[in-house]
Amino acid sequence: MKIQVQTAPFDLNAEVAALYAANPKVGAVAAFLGLVRDVNEGDGIATLTLEHYPGMTERALAKIVDEAKGRWDMLDCTVIHRVGEMKPTEPIVLVAVASGHRQDAFAACEFIMDYLKTRAPFWKKEATPDGERWVEARESDDAAAARWQNKG
Amino acid sequence: MMRVTLLYFARLREQFGTGSESAALPSEVKTLNDLLAWLRARGGNWASELAEGRAFRLAVNQDMVGPEAVLNDGDEVAIFPPVTGG
Repeated sequence: MKIQVQTAPFDLNAEVAALYAANPKVGAVAAFLGLVRDVNEGDGIATLTLEHYPGMTERALAKIVDEAKGRWDMLDCTVIHRVGEMKPTEPIVLVAVASGHRQDAFAACEFIMDYLKTRAPFWKKEATPDGERWVEARESDDAAAARWQNKG
Repeated sequence: MMRVTLLYFARLREQFGTGSESAALPSEVKTLNDLLAWLRARGGNWASELAEGRAFRLAVNQDMVGPEAVLNDGDEVAIFPPVTGG
């Protein structure tokens, strides 16, 4: 299991290959890639700056991955989240889960992303033509995380 | 007397004008609720940002906790806005 917070970009193909290349038991990898969009709430976005809580962020991500391992058959997993300043089209986050079969990989990947959105201490600040502003948390993200409480 | 490290992130860090401080707490401050009341008493942005009904999260020693959590000497306490990663 690899959990990393970094400013540098990452190589999607290399990260996914690392999950299965040395393990013939892997039959499925589900990978989610989150990207910087050039528009939010109707305003153009020039840059997005991610802040985090060093130490707690890695710890929170590890707890989320552990919880996913308890619910689904996961052979391996990689979570990489970037921090610092990024521009539209740049990747922000990668969650990739390797499993024997697709159902576990899909579900675990979605679960990890939904929990990351509401439990891992990251904050986004966006630069618009009117100036900088902190992104507000969305209720829809809380709802997405809450739906996992009654299923698994 | 209890001494704790206070950390602030994102909008709160900007509004408070600092990201961290070492605080010597008076003996009546025993829980996070007490700590919040003590910080609100500073007035200004402290009072408005931490007012009842404002959305913020609390962590003690890097685990998210509720405001009823009891504080211990040497704790690392973080106060931050709801998270927006991903």
